Amino acid sequence: MSAVDLSQFHKTFFDESREGLDAMEAALLALDAGSADTELVHTIFRAAHSIKGGAATFGFTDVAAFTHVAESLLEEVRSGRRPVDAELTELLLRSVDCLRVMLDRSSSGQPVVDAASEDLRAELVRLVSGATAAVATPVTSAAANVTGWEIVFTALPHLLQTGNDPLRLFRELQQLGRLEVVRAFIVDAAPERLAEVDPTACYLGWVLHLHGNVARADVDAVFDWLDGDCELVIHPLAEPPVATVAGVLAAAEGSPSPLPLPLQRRRATDTAAGSKPESAAVSVEGSSIRVGIDKIDALINMMGELVITQSMLSEIGETFQPSQLTRLREGLVQLERNTRELQESVMRIRMLPIGSIFNRFPRLVHDLERKLGKRVKLELHGEHTELDKTVLEKIGDPLVHLVRNAIDHGLESPERRRAAGKSETGTLRLDAYHEGSNIVVQISDDGAGLNREAIIAKALHSGLINASQELGDADVAELIFQPGFSTAAAATDLSGRGVGMDVVRRNVRDLGGSVGVRSVSGKGSTFTIALPLTLAIIDGLVTAVGDERYIVPLISIVESLRLRSDSVRRIAGGGEVFHFRDAYLPILRLHQAFACADAVTDIERGIVVVVEEDGRRVGLLVDDLLGQQQAVVKSLEAHYRRVQGVSGATILSDGSVALIVDVGGVVRLGRPCKAA
Amino acid sequence: MHESNPSAVPQLQQLTFNLAGEEYGVDILSVREIRGWSRVTRIPQTPDYLLGVLNLRGAIVPIMDLRLRFGLQRESYGDNTVMIIVAVAERLFGIVVDAVSDVVDIDQAAIKPVPDMGVVVDTRYLKGLATHAERMLMLLDVEKLMRPEDVQILDAALPAVQQVEVAA
Repeated sequence: MSAVDLSQFHKTFFDESREGLDAMEAALLALDAGSADTELVHTIFRAAHSIKGGAATFGFTDVAAFTHVAESLLEEVRSGRRPVDAELTELLLRSVDCLRVMLDRSSSGQPVVDAASEDLRAELVRLVSGATAAVATPVTSAAANVTGWEIVFTALPHLLQTGNDPLRLFRELQQLGRLEVVRAFIVDAAPERLAEVDPTACYLGWVLHLHGNVARADVDAVFDWLDGDCELVIHPLAEPPVATVAGVLAAAEGSPSPLPLPLQRRRATDTAAGSKPESAAVSVEGSSIRVGIDKIDALINMMGELVITQSMLSEIGETFQPSQLTRLREGLVQLERNTRELQESVMRIRMLPIGSIFNRFPRLVHDLERKLGKRVKLELHGEHTELDKTVLEKIGDPLVHLVRNAIDHGLESPERRRAAGKSETGTLRLDAYHEGSNIVVQISDDGAGLNREAIIAKALHSGLINASQELGDADVAELIFQPGFSTAAAATDLSGRGVGMDVVRRNVRDLGGSVGVRSVSGKGSTFTIALPLTLAIIDGLVTAVGDERYIVPLISIVESLRLRSDSVRRIAGGGEVFHFRDAYLPILRLHQAFACADAVTDIERGIVVVVEEDGRRVGLLVDDLLGQQQAVVKSLEAHYRRVQGVSGATILSDGSVALIVDVGGVVRLGRPCKAA
Repeated sequence: MHESNPSAVPQLQQLTFNLAGEEYGVDILSVREIRGWSRVTRIPQTPDYLLGVLNLRGAIVPIMDLRLRFGLQRESYGDNTVMIIVAVAERLFGIVVDAVSDVVDIDQAAIKPVPDMGVVVDTRYLKGLATHAERMLMLLDVEKLMRPEDVQILDAALPAVQQVEVAA
């Protein structure tokens, strides 16, 4: 038996456990909504059981111990001995949260158990033992007197091949009570001669004594997974045990039995793995993606077609005659189509359904309802809409903020809703769908809508506007996205977390998207986020500066214009400014910032591209505009390093490289560095 | 390959090239490709010797001129100018040399240390000196050429600089 490095599976375990917890949470919330579906209970139980098994296998004993208690509670629910009530689901939801924290701590090698988790565990234990005392005693009075179980556990040869590990079982049993290995034996089916021994087979059996007041169901649960992989005889322990584990091991040492060595070896590797969780955490760095097999199949199909096209073209190429020109053209068209489809399929691999983000919201809404005393019906639509993985990871927080805001500020309390003639339960609707080359996510509520007066008062107070300004509804809505605007008067502990709508907008902008709001007083408001399908491709404007080509992201361009030299003014420090829509904007000469030779230096002959970043506008002076193009973003860091003012590079149709201008970086580059 | 010498002396295969009349060698295992001169895209905020970046089958690869790196002059880039693409720790970069000559085997034992003296080259980019066909061959240390430690220091310093700027 070779010592397998279990740490390589840790990441998978954590991923799967988190998925399990998500499933538990979703099922618990469904139960909470009043459904008495037994399948839901089974789902919860199965998830808890897998997490427990995995945690025990990988040596995360604290996680396993905690899950075990939760599982015992669930077992009672599953067998119908305990009704599902709000208190129970609340407790289990808290356990799910606690387990999430424990998993995070385990993966980063921190101490797993703290006071909060211990309190929760104690609470669970109290509930479990209280019930067994109340319910189990009258059923079988004998069961209460049981001092333990004798388990004769005989492994079938293929036990190890199915991924089971007897040691894990023993450890699980150990958590139930004091475990004693009375005797280990070699099964009759074992080969006589050593040469015939299959090293992957298990020829062992054990006689185990489990001491303590343990429910039979708990013992059975340990062996749940081994159905068909072992022979099992369990009966109540009659007489006090004689041997101890140490004694058996010592006795076995002298015999030719191969038992002690692997047992001890495994134990040694287990403790080694347990003692340095930090190194394990470091080695599991790097993110992975789960891809549906249908996407891979589509890719392989596409690849096949490409190969066919390629062979067709090379056949034409070998014996080319002018008469075949039409066929050649057809072939090239086919090649173009294949390439485009292949590109789309490859991009699709990075796409994940937005449902993974949406699934957080039932829980969030559940918690907020309780905290705020509001009643909310959550509707999710378009969970299958797919987004680039990077976009997906970054859109979560802004969405949570918007949902929180909608419930906290948007939806009214049941009393006020009734007074306004609406149903007491407010509706919060999340929508995701494709629109052109964008993904649109909408968060709409049927609450009171934006409070125009409060927003204007707030903006006046914080100096964002002055009293004489005439404001349309769109202008008012725009105010909530301004930095420094916070409805502090109305902020609760939920929304007053220092994250404002300006942060939401900035996060969305960082992803190359936009966010807007539409609100009807008394009817509700709708926030709309438009996101690009992927971050790997941007729309850019190709500009020429000297011999070089630079791509300016279209999203940050406000306008391009030609200036007359008399409209340019110099400011004391030597910087140039020009008048643009009621403001003076600095001019940044790109050829100076990037030190390009042979560039246009006369402002009248060049073109000024007005760009905006973080609300600041600057005019970039370039020689000429060459056109608009989709640019596949390549990183400079892959083979070189980050360069200030450049966010990446792309390859133009002639095969040469053009740099993509990082507007924010170039603005900083252009400013004289006072601190230095 | 090597004609004789069946003994167990470790051999190093070197790609030799010419730079300003001197002969250099670079470990063939780090060489990915040799290609003729083509235009590169300049990168701002970089030292002179870094000519720019090149599209190498979709990868953006930095190109440095070895003459400029060693403080020499470069008159012109022409048809004979050659780029050697080398890989150091998965990172690719190209070096521009005057001409590529040959692939030769060098006995590891025959490599002499570089004397600390006024060679045209800053000696820290050399692994050692070897003799081949009665001529001296300078063995280039490509890892030090790109000096990833410098790159790391620069990268580490960048955020700090930006913070200072923001504060200002």
